[in-house]
Amino acid sequence: MSRVRVLVGTKKGAFVCTADGKRKDWRIEGPHFGGWEIYHVKGSPVDPDRIFASQTSGWFGQIIQRSDDGGKTWTPPGSSPDELKSPEGWPQGESNKFVYEGVAGTHRWYDGTPHPWEFKRVWHLEPSLREPDTVFAGVEDAALFKSMDGGKTWSELFGLRQHTTGKDWQPGAGGMCLHTILIDPSRMDRMWVAISAAGCFRTDDGGKTWKTANKGLTSNFMPNPEAEVGHCVHRIALHPSRPSTLFMQKHWDVMRSDDAGDSWREVSGNLPSDFGFPIDVHAHEPETVYVVPIKSDSEHYVPDGKLRVYRSRQGGDEWEALTDGLPQQNCFANVLRDAMAVDSLDDCGIYFGTTGGQVYVSPDGGDHWRAIGEHFPSVLSVEVQTLR
Amino acid sequence: MVRVVLPHHLRSLAQVGQEVSLQVAGPVSVASVIGALEATYPVLKGTIREHGTLKRRAFLRFFACGEDVSLEPADNPLPDSIANGNEPLLVIGAIAGG
Repeated sequence: MSRVRVLVGTKKGAFVCTADGKRKDWRIEGPHFGGWEIYHVKGSPVDPDRIFASQTSGWFGQIIQRSDDGGKTWTPPGSSPDELKSPEGWPQGESNKFVYEGVAGTHRWYDGTPHPWEFKRVWHLEPSLREPDTVFAGVEDAALFKSMDGGKTWSELFGLRQHTTGKDWQPGAGGMCLHTILIDPSRMDRMWVAISAAGCFRTDDGGKTWKTANKGLTSNFMPNPEAEVGHCVHRIALHPSRPSTLFMQKHWDVMRSDDAGDSWREVSGNLPSDFGFPIDVHAHEPETVYVVPIKSDSEHYVPDGKLRVYRSRQGGDEWEALTDGLPQQNCFANVLRDAMAVDSLDDCGIYFGTTGGQVYVSPDGGDHWRAIGEHFPSVLSVEVQTLR
Repeated sequence: MVRVVLPHHLRSLAQVGQEVSLQVAGPVSVASVIGALEATYPVLKGTIREHGTLKRRAFLRFFACGEDVSLEPADNPLPDSIANGNEPLLVIGAIAGG
């Protein structure tokens, strides 16, 4: 029977939640890495027992963790007892070494002055769709790194940061983070990344060169609202069967592209607010999209005290509130950009976690919701693996 | 042997107890002690001082014989009582956050 494994990253550790295909009774294991911020946990589509985690701390910096047994045990890549005993001697301890290629240079600081690029943390880990040893990391300050040895060592795909606009990138309130990495399943050399607050970028050659993909975005906080870069893109998503169609939750505005990001149009439609962080697509319906609107850029909680997921079955413009099983009074939580996921069971499951520590599942595409757990630490990320 | 006391999270990461003992080659300084610590426990690389620059991470401090030596040059010799193992070098995380 099919099972699901939900990977929850929180401000105080990681949790692994498992259930059978009914997604009703959950077993929760954790916290792993208790006390550390776990920005993202994601499994390899090639080898589901291989899971990568970004463990980070203001005191001790960045750690990369890897499990090869479905989240039961974890080690920083290159430091397992077997590897420590290898004839080559001690491992180099470089699984957390994220060093910018060449001269790091500067980007634009909040006040407009040049500011040196400084690595702070890994926001997002994106395992390859084909190679279990290959994984990409999106980091703050914004850059894209790649490992081809299971996370033991990392090298920067520096073509992105060396884009002609790189010196003009500027951090958003949460820092200048590369938080979204999408791989085109039909064309592996094509990828998209999103950076707050620079915008969306696309490569068609495996990360060597990049082009901006922000045409059609309007950000009224900028001197030129339609500038090539400077847009605070919060999240982008695609359906694997139609990778040229992208959906975006921007700082304000929900957007859609049907030409692989060459141009965008707004599809916010009747949403109560078009500000939010996550966006995702139903596993079997490429035109069914989910967002969680919050009140505003300065009020990061859901409107009217009601936790509502909004679903569009038309690829945007027309949205319906999904509320059954979600708190409809006195809720003031937010859902962060990486804290929503979908499984691929026949009846698609939708998952999300809140800053208030609740993790919810809908086993029927959003019609009904129930809590997997309601008292986690503040949730930073949610991913789900469908295990067959 | 030089003794080093680590904060809780680094003990968990290196899978060691509160204190570790290290053989330090050459003059005993913060730089040589942390270098020996990282060589013995590579997982600690980047957690006390940054990769590449070897700069101390901002929220960590080094204490020797009750004195904060964090701001002194990292190659300065540490007191004899640290070098001969009578006193441990303390690596301390700032009390901050929640």
